[in-house]
Amino acid sequence: MTDTTTTLAPTVEGRSLGQLAMMRFRRNKAAMAGCFALLLICIFSFAGPLVSPHTYDEVFPSYVSIPPSLTPRPDPQTLAEVAESTAKRARLTLESYEIENGVFTAKVTSTRPIDPRSVRYFDRVNEFKNTTVAETSPDQLSMTLTGSVNQQYFLFGTDSNGRDLLVRVMLGGQISIAVGLAASLVSLGIGVVYGATSGYIGGRVDNVMMRFVEIIYSLPFVFLVVVLVVFFGRSIVLIFAVIGAVQWLEMARIVRGQTLSLKRREFVGAAQALGLTDWQIIRRHIIPNTVGPVIVFVTVVVPQVILTESFLSFLGLGVQAPLASWGTLISEGTKNMQSAPWLLIFPAIFFVITLFALNFVGDGLRDALDPKDR
Amino acid sequence: MDRTEMTNVLAVRDLKVTFTTPDGDVQAVKGVSFDVKKGETLAIVGESGSGKSQTMMGIMGLLASNGRVEGSAFYGATDLAHAGLKELNEVRGSKITMIFQEPMTSLDPLYTIGKQIAEPLRYHRGMGKRQARERVLELLNLVGIPDPNRRIDSYPHELSGGQRQRVMIAMALANEPDVLIADEPTTALDVTIQAQILDLLADLQKRFGMAIVLITHDLGVVKHVADRVVVMRRGEVVEQGSREDIFERPTADYTKMLLEAEPHGVKAPPADDAPIMLEGRNVVVDFNIGGGFLFRGTKTFRAVDNVSLTLRQGQTIGVVGESGSGKSTLGRALLRLLASDGRYRFESTDISLLDRSQMRPYRRQMQLVFQDPYGSLSPRQTVGEIITEGLYVHEPQLTKADRDKRAIAALLEVGLDPAARNRYPHEFSGGQRQRIAIARSIILKPKVIVLDEPTSALDRSVQLQVIELLRDLQAKHGLSYVFISHDLSVVRAMSDHVVVMKNGKIVEQGDTEAIFERPAEDYTKALIAAAFA
Repeated sequence: MTDTTTTLAPTVEGRSLGQLAMMRFRRNKAAMAGCFALLLICIFSFAGPLVSPHTYDEVFPSYVSIPPSLTPRPDPQTLAEVAESTAKRARLTLESYEIENGVFTAKVTSTRPIDPRSVRYFDRVNEFKNTTVAETSPDQLSMTLTGSVNQQYFLFGTDSNGRDLLVRVMLGGQISIAVGLAASLVSLGIGVVYGATSGYIGGRVDNVMMRFVEIIYSLPFVFLVVVLVVFFGRSIVLIFAVIGAVQWLEMARIVRGQTLSLKRREFVGAAQALGLTDWQIIRRHIIPNTVGPVIVFVTVVVPQVILTESFLSFLGLGVQAPLASWGTLISEGTKNMQSAPWLLIFPAIFFVITLFALNFVGDGLRDALDPKDR
Repeated sequence: MDRTEMTNVLAVRDLKVTFTTPDGDVQAVKGVSFDVKKGETLAIVGESGSGKSQTMMGIMGLLASNGRVEGSAFYGATDLAHAGLKELNEVRGSKITMIFQEPMTSLDPLYTIGKQIAEPLRYHRGMGKRQARERVLELLNLVGIPDPNRRIDSYPHELSGGQRQRVMIAMALANEPDVLIADEPTTALDVTIQAQILDLLADLQKRFGMAIVLITHDLGVVKHVADRVVVMRRGEVVEQGSREDIFERPTADYTKMLLEAEPHGVKAPPADDAPIMLEGRNVVVDFNIGGGFLFRGTKTFRAVDNVSLTLRQGQTIGVVGESGSGKSTLGRALLRLLASDGRYRFESTDISLLDRSQMRPYRRQMQLVFQDPYGSLSPRQTVGEIITEGLYVHEPQLTKADRDKRAIAALLEVGLDPAARNRYPHEFSGGQRQRIAIARSIILKPKVIVLDEPTSALDRSVQLQVIELLRDLQAKHGLSYVFISHDLSVVRAMSDHVVVMKNGKIVEQGDTEAIFERPAEDYTKALIAAAFA
């Protein structure tokens, strides 16, 4: 052994299994479309609220349950009516009314001198703001008011409380995606380590560990959640934890199955012959080799978690108003399906697209990670 | 068609098989032409990757989905290379049938063998249930399955490897084919069973007059049974001719090389006073079978029964035996890798009672190399990570740069380009992988290496290189080997002492020369006869 051998210039970087899988994945059009759709939905959910002028808990009393539309609210017809009724409330008569470029000019008259403070009546309604007196007739019996028209876009309509559905769908996306990812990661972490340990050590340890899994499995899920909620109170973090705590059971089983076949492989035997400890073997050899099925399973778990979360919210154990997830939005939508179908349609569209995209990505990953399966 | 072509049951012309991969098209078979005459045995010989199997798969329409066939393969008037699925199905399984290498995996474990053999009969001939069963019994008798009335309702796992291969042959014969394609039919079998299967095939051929296309890497088999030989290399036919021509008067250099690839040479025994490196006395290994969580069964299977072995410095002990003889188990017991009874000594230390963590310091001195170079390297680690893994355990103080240096040194020692350490195992051939596995062992500078069938999964020519490498390393570092193999010719070339095992017991042991020239036991004689016949 001489040191001259260490001065070797070209080092060839090989393609790892992961990189090869990536190449196969990129060629799968459906999976790439799924990835793209997921990316768009994430941008929509997380960046959308920053751009939108409304917030998810802002209530518009004038626009309760209005259907989606591309034109701004209120429309001129309604504005005129609103102006009329406002004037009436201020005990004034509306002589003329014009609207131009978001600025309105109203001429009001009265039999008695008009108090300039009556502009407040105009400001009080949602539709008008910054109303000022532009001109007062010398006898104070008529007055010209100007101000800006407060026009709102409700592309997805509003819900029965007058909240903008667009922003709520964005928020729902944030929460659903976050719950889906976080709970999947929790289940991934616990399940992989638990399953690999159980499967690798085997024997009595395996028996005890897997029986424990089966015991938890047999507990009613809702009961478990109720107990946890009673002890720890209600919070989103808890939902992550609870769903993760249930989902890892399946993950542990899958990983254990993989491990059982892996531990008979010769490279594990080689590692034992080198004197690696059990934990080193699990960490360096078992876990990395289970990634294929695990990643595929995660893409199945994410939609499952999103559904579970909506179920919990439906029971009143999950996300609470004014926060919303796609699950709560959909369950709310079903209640108003006949009167306000858009409340169901929009969150459902996003939910379905996400699930489809995740499924396509999962399929693509499975094909990419397991080329024998072609 | 003229008269000469009439005798051809299969005429393959300029057949090409191409696979589409991310890195472009790979041509596995580059224009192969040959004929299969009625009733003859044609052997297609080549090393792994020569395209010999893919040629037949291409003809039979069994390629992976990214493969495609060009050229022609005429069976009668049907061009199989371009036939539709329907046409193809009329021929395959009926007129042309196949048997595969792995009798363990080519039978469906969920169906009885009777049902599986009856399937082609009922599909191709429209036989009724009872009629098919009678025919199946007849076939099982024909292929020499003992007690066919009982065996017809057995599941594949109840049969031995040899019996399963007989079942496969029965299935292939069910419709009295014109051509039987046998893809490495004996490779997975023990030598004595291998001989029986080949005799059976020859016998059946005589009776039915079918042509056999034998795909194999084993020239010993070819020499026995083939009428004509096609030698393939890298997707091309190197040479074809009668058996005599190929074996007596080979013209291509590659054929000559293949014929000379039989391992040769002898190993001189170490001095009598060489220090003892590893000793196992009265080694007994029991495996628990059955038993569960609540019902703790006490059934045991004795895999190694009272075996004693002494390995001196510089010595190579060859352990031979058929599958199930306990030779691999013995190797692992000697390295204290599984629970076993007996006294064990490493150099002057008694290691019988050490537990796993106490054994750890000795691990670097005693290493293990496995048979399967595909399974023994973790597919998700780079070669560098694989071979330096032992250093993590035994020399944790080393820096990354030091480890890299050691990896380069080890790779050079086994004759690999050090640039290989950033690549992954799947990018290497079988022989290269075995070198990597050896590098992983010698990087720790061990004194004893147990080699568990290190050459069995390799082509002959590569085998030779690995044997040379092992010899060089032994001479250079004074290593002691326990060489476990079922391949007698390799054992003969490598070891100075041979132990013959059967059913966990030592049948016979002695100096290599003595065992091979003057075997005392019948079992040893049978083994040697089957291997060198």
